[in-house]
Amino acid sequence: MDNANSTTAGLEKGIQDLDQVVIRFAGDSGDGMQLTGDQFTRTTALMGNDIATFPDFPAEIRAPAGTLPGVSAFQLRFSSFDIHTPGDAPDVLVVMNPAALKVHLKDLKKGGILLLNTASFGALDLKKAKYEKDPRTDGSFAGWRVIEVDLEARTQEALASSPLDNRAKDRCKNMFALGILYWMFHRDMEPTIKNIAQKFAKKPEIVDANLAVMKAGHAYAETTEIFQTAYRVPPAPMKPGTYRNIMGNQALSLGVVAAGHKAGLQMFLGTYPITPASDILHQLSGYKHLGVVTFQAEDEIAAVCSAIGASYSGSLGITSTSGPGMALKAEAIGLAVMAELPLVILNVQRAGPSTGMPTKTQQADLMQSIHGRNGESPVCVIAASTPSDAFDVGYEAVRIALKYMVPVIVLSDGYIANGSEPWLLPDPDKLPEIPVHFAPEGKPGEKFMPYSRNPETLARPWARPGTKGLVHRIGGLEKQDITGNICYDADNHQHMIDTRAQKVANIANDLPPIETIGPRTGDVLVLGWGSTRGAITAAVTRLQKEGHKISCACLRHLNPLPKDLGDLMRGFKRVVLPEMNKGQLASILRDKYLIDVKSYSQVNGQPFKSHEILDYLTKSLSASQKEVQQ
Amino acid sequence: MTSVDRPVMQKKDYKTDQDVRWCPGCGDYSILNAVQGAFAKLGKQLHETVIISGIGCSSRFPYYMETYGFHTIHGRAPAIATGVKASNPNLDVWVVTGDGDAMSIGGNHFIHAMRRNVGLKILMFNNRIYGLTKGQFSPCSEQGKVTKSSPLGSVDYPFAPIALALGAGGTFLARSIDILGAHLEDTICKASAHTGTAYVEIYQNCNIFNDGAYKGFTDKDVRDERVLHLQHGQPLLFGAKKDKGIAFDGNFRPYIVTGADLSKAFVWDETAETPAPAMALATMSEAEFPVPIGVFRRREKPAFETGLQGQVTVAKSKKKETIKDLLMQGEIWDVK
Repeated sequence: MDNANSTTAGLEKGIQDLDQVVIRFAGDSGDGMQLTGDQFTRTTALMGNDIATFPDFPAEIRAPAGTLPGVSAFQLRFSSFDIHTPGDAPDVLVVMNPAALKVHLKDLKKGGILLLNTASFGALDLKKAKYEKDPRTDGSFAGWRVIEVDLEARTQEALASSPLDNRAKDRCKNMFALGILYWMFHRDMEPTIKNIAQKFAKKPEIVDANLAVMKAGHAYAETTEIFQTAYRVPPAPMKPGTYRNIMGNQALSLGVVAAGHKAGLQMFLGTYPITPASDILHQLSGYKHLGVVTFQAEDEIAAVCSAIGASYSGSLGITSTSGPGMALKAEAIGLAVMAELPLVILNVQRAGPSTGMPTKTQQADLMQSIHGRNGESPVCVIAASTPSDAFDVGYEAVRIALKYMVPVIVLSDGYIANGSEPWLLPDPDKLPEIPVHFAPEGKPGEKFMPYSRNPETLARPWARPGTKGLVHRIGGLEKQDITGNICYDADNHQHMIDTRAQKVANIANDLPPIETIGPRTGDVLVLGWGSTRGAITAAVTRLQKEGHKISCACLRHLNPLPKDLGDLMRGFKRVVLPEMNKGQLASILRDKYLIDVKSYSQVNGQPFKSHEILDYLTKSLSASQKEVQQ
Repeated sequence: MTSVDRPVMQKKDYKTDQDVRWCPGCGDYSILNAVQGAFAKLGKQLHETVIISGIGCSSRFPYYMETYGFHTIHGRAPAIATGVKASNPNLDVWVVTGDGDAMSIGGNHFIHAMRRNVGLKILMFNNRIYGLTKGQFSPCSEQGKVTKSSPLGSVDYPFAPIALALGAGGTFLARSIDILGAHLEDTICKASAHTGTAYVEIYQNCNIFNDGAYKGFTDKDVRDERVLHLQHGQPLLFGAKKDKGIAFDGNFRPYIVTGADLSKAFVWDETAETPAPAMALATMSEAEFPVPIGVFRRREKPAFETGLQGQVTVAKSKKKETIKDLLMQGEIWDVK
């Protein structure tokens, strides 16, 4: 064993090499499944594997213990090759109680490993999970390798001398499971040891207990005969550079901060707590030392309005939200369109309509973002496609907002926000410049023209209050171009409507050609946007390996669309578009290009599985063949 | 204050080239005049001053002031102004709003501006009617008001705006009247001097849709008897000869005192910690008692933007970090 170290040495059982593993931890929302998954992720990233994660948790903070709605899960996939998704079906399922078993067992791969906590399989536990019989005894587990461990008893034993009370001891049981998995998958315990020590630095007895239980789990797996084999997943070949593991909300926050810094502006986040966007507020509220001001407003409307006020005064105004909050912000975004102020709106989409399923994912706010305001109210809309891509998209949003003096809506979603992947860190010095030109002090006797325009971009000047000689009035009423005076003239209104639209259309002048995976002509083009990227890429690259003439592209810019999109689509016999909505982008493309884009829609609150897309695309390929033969 | 950088200001310096388009005879004209007078007296520089309004007749105000101005959307002026003041506390930020704008659609932003004590000066033109939409009852209209939308009289009970602001934690609360130019100008000067949110309710006559709303106490022949001037450190006296006073019982219920009891008149303290006397005056019946004008409450309290930007300043001095440092946080690893 060439990569053996102090915590994985002593492995004497058989070792099998794998190129990838999908693990899902499932338990009560109080069982620490997210933390367990997070620890496994950190360690695995540090060991050089490619990794993708998918937390899936209920909206209730603590749903009644042991019930089906209270089940929280964390899926991760790690590999020795480049991966695009957290995987479809798990190879290993860890369940802490019958409810978790009931919800997740159906997903476990045939032949997969089921690690079961037997401590919570009493009659009451089974009843809460709506099991009539104990599934351990009725043959339900046929086809799976089942490992039963009484995690609570083993944990209590490991903590016999701990000063913690029994309840606190029980809470460490997830660490026993983690220890077992660390042994099974040949993981290094050091990063977790360090991280737990740091995380609970003020509570040494908690640190000791957690680590003791994890080590006990590791030793248990090593010594008992239940575990025959350990597995090894060698590191993945990755581009050279410095990496960190990043979640989408984190990356998005860093992207806007880096851009604000590059632009030399004070950043002002006006926001209101909402799932799954709140972490953006949490993170940015810790960046005061970087000049980031965060304002937790009284409601979603005040949140966006305060950001507009900040932009008006010469700061970089940002607001973050999710679907229901977007609905509330609509009128104010229209004001920013009319006042032609820079504004960045971060919409971490969730399953709607209405309150919907706050912790589940969806991409159904696209039409709302592009069109969801009164009047002709064009804004720029861009979308993040992976957790780390959210950094670049946040940065791009700020660049566009400042260059064109326009609101930019960034679409992320719950899957990106809480999912994670290794991120090749960019060199901040090499990020694109974001020049900001405030209108200079006015000369005496000269009247400032707030709607005079840059002939190339059509952006109006940004006049910071406090600057001499630039006093002017703006507002939501239609105004005369150049002077900004209120104006009801028919020709002027038509001109202003056209100008605001043209200004947004001009953004397309900046866009590079669409990046495709595969040639720019062929049988099938799979288009996607946002978080479907991973599942689409995985399916398309597989079909390409089988020799099919299929390519794919993930669109970052959704309004305006890239100029080469029409030509790209016309290079294929068929264009298909998987979306986690009822076909919103597909409708837009059909409308704009008169191309019969086939929509593949799924709106169940879950991300696409790549095998589902694969099946659909296989059918599409054969359909496109038939069309040719006819 | 006189220097090249801070020239002496005159009323006319604040006038814009736009025609003022309120209805002839509207109370808004005299308010505009009083604001320009107060600003000139205070030497407010055009470029340092920002006026933010919502929607309604009153909210046209910024177009008539040669300062920075932002005519925004219905009810949201305090929220937008909060963003302006919080991101640049050096600006002198004024909000102009009406009773429909601030008390109805923008009620939430109004109370939260009060609660936070943001350094905004809020002038609320209260005409107790929706004027721009042509005459529906407002949240400040008296119950039973007959309007286009309440032909049988409104069922709604009205807000007492000063009481609402007091309950929301307002630190400077005052009232004046459109036709009392000197008093209004003086009140605006006092509001300007306050740190934190200053709220001035201005009774304003809408001569088209609610003409004479305040006639019962503003007409010259009744004014002395019907208006109570709040003066800091002075007893609450009214009447042409100051021969009547307001006293409070043990439960802060007001009653009128005269003659030998005049010495029982309550001595007004606008800086009092307890909101009880101000609440009593803000809610007492207009029919039974004189209408108080002047400063109801003035309390020193650090402004929101000072605390907000203060945290940023302290954080900047304590922790230096580049964007590179920021990106390199957490567990990082190198791939060669």
